[in-house]
Amino acid sequence: MTLIFVPKDAAALAVGANKVAARIAAEAHARGLPVEIVRTGSRGMFFLEPLIEVETVQGRIGYGSVSDSSVASLFDAGLLIGGAHSLRIGKPQEHPFLAGQTRLTFARCGIVDPLSLSDYAAHDGWKGLKRALEIGPQAIVAEVTKSGLRGRGGAGFPTGIKWKTVADTAADRKYVVCNADEGDSGTFADRMIMEGDPFALIEGMTICGIGVGATKGYVYCRSEYPHAGKTFSEALRIAREAGYLGPDIQGSGHAFELELRMGAGAYICGEETSLLESLEGKRGIVRAKPPLPAHKGLFAKPTVVNNVLSLVAVPTVLDRGADFYTGFGFGRSRGTMPIQIAGNVRFGGLYETGFGLTLGEIVDAIGGGTMSGRPVRAVQCGGPLGAYFPRWLFDTPYDYEAFTALDGLVGHGGLVVFDDTVDMARMARFAMEFCAIESCGKCTPCRIGATRGVEVIDRVLDGVKPAENIALLEDLCHTMKFGSLCALGGFVPYPVMSAVRHFREDFVPRALAAAE
Amino acid sequence: MLKASAWNAERAKEVIAEHAGLEGPMLPILHALQEEFGCVSAAAVPLIADALNLTRAEVHGVVTFYHDFRREPCAPHRLQICRAEACQSMGSEDLAAAVLAKLGVGWHGTTPDGELTVEPVYCLGLCATSPSALLDGEPLGRLNLDKIAEALEEACGA
Repeated sequence: MTLIFVPKDAAALAVGANKVAARIAAEAHARGLPVEIVRTGSRGMFFLEPLIEVETVQGRIGYGSVSDSSVASLFDAGLLIGGAHSLRIGKPQEHPFLAGQTRLTFARCGIVDPLSLSDYAAHDGWKGLKRALEIGPQAIVAEVTKSGLRGRGGAGFPTGIKWKTVADTAADRKYVVCNADEGDSGTFADRMIMEGDPFALIEGMTICGIGVGATKGYVYCRSEYPHAGKTFSEALRIAREAGYLGPDIQGSGHAFELELRMGAGAYICGEETSLLESLEGKRGIVRAKPPLPAHKGLFAKPTVVNNVLSLVAVPTVLDRGADFYTGFGFGRSRGTMPIQIAGNVRFGGLYETGFGLTLGEIVDAIGGGTMSGRPVRAVQCGGPLGAYFPRWLFDTPYDYEAFTALDGLVGHGGLVVFDDTVDMARMARFAMEFCAIESCGKCTPCRIGATRGVEVIDRVLDGVKPAENIALLEDLCHTMKFGSLCALGGFVPYPVMSAVRHFREDFVPRALAAAE
Repeated sequence: MLKASAWNAERAKEVIAEHAGLEGPMLPILHALQEEFGCVSAAAVPLIADALNLTRAEVHGVVTFYHDFRREPCAPHRLQICRAEACQSMGSEDLAAAVLAKLGVGWHGTTPDGELTVEPVYCLGLCATSPSALLDGEPLGRLNLDKIAEALEEACGA
């Protein structure tokens, strides 16, 4: 029996992985060859999807960009023994895109069957939990603090400090909430984990629960990710049956139960307090802080709210130790970051590495420039609320501090590449429009400001007092930045003002632009 | 194909009761009702309010806050085209305009035969295989006009 691995990650499905799997099964059957198809997550090399792998005596051999029409020729070429073919990429881990990475959080993704407990255990799964149970709650929190892990959702807040606050707050009930409302365009790391390595998230949340004394956890997943929801809820069932969730985790006496909740299409629910409101069954309206969720969170109980990537980093920190994790990174940005290279880019995908590469290295050397073959003009970093970087800032090191110094945002690690056909005034207008659509409506700068922002940009482009209206736009952005309650209204000035500052030539009246 | 049952107050009460014991049961109830009936209709609001000891206004407020919850059932097929930045960088706005023009509908519109509703969506997490869309919940990537036509043909036979 030969094993053939075909991803079932949504991005692989989007480019035909199911058809490829069906054709492989049919072709093997017709040729009388014993083949077992294993559905995995994705390696994150989306430019090669569907990327199938075959287990041979030399190890796994990959074939990229496979279509259902190429399957027969792959069998003709000796697919099952890793035969030569124009689509053959050799051993995937030796592919330049993967060879340069440091995969800690994504060590298993694309390799294991996401719903196989034995695969998970065979690839270092549950080792973090085992050590966590040995050292106990206080040492767990101390280890995570020492690792320097910072929230991977966007804000970069030290995870250990958040955990300690919850651990130190007395209550009859505490919660761990995982923010899987990954709404930023250009990001897909949370989705990949939930579809490709869901037990890692369960393990990370369980360790967190034991560390802070919480007995109940929720994963809030966006409804735009139906496949992630399906795989993760199946993983919950399997973990529960095997005693990794429930009243007595692996006989340790610790109780921890976990539930998946689906969002309902509101981008704002990725903001932690709005997410908590939504979990409670209310409109996703942002709460004023304080009180912090760590003191009064879900149902007014002390609550850890962490992103998927922060929680999935935890088993590694516990298993290999804080010093190991701190060994990666740059300055005060420790550990690895799963960078997501997206948009108009030749080699788009997930690139996990220590902080400190420059933006240019990521976009040009790793991403290979644009898919269209035209020059790169702008890169939006950190989602719809992140700044647009022009080429002359490509020597900026990828870390929290360096980006903040330039009014930029590492955020959730997304990079969206644009070629020279992009109209930056249109992108700035879109940022305001998106904010207007998604604003929860609680604070005035965001609710009214975003709509006024669209109107002001329209006036500039219509040639109505352009200089005065750009000054007005700057003033409006200042008000939104400092007057908004949360990061939606507070950060939307970053894409808008970076577009104005770095791409001013696009903010000319359209009649003039057309005449040139 | 999205299947929905006709409104039935008794069945709705059962669906609500199945989830009423959860902590924060509102969103699970709304999702379950929409799954069953294709939408969260006005008739469901007082039943939810009654079961959760809330006012109708509170329930109405929640239903209308979230983009996902429809007040009326959509067509049997649903195409959600991504309009977020990564897809825009690959020309999704022009593509969407061409699709809408070809189908003769606007955003949130349903084709004249009542078979297909087209909606915008802001990011599907398929940003390295842009432009992307969901058709009846199944992902589509590296789209162009021909590929969308082919997928629609396969799904709707139209």
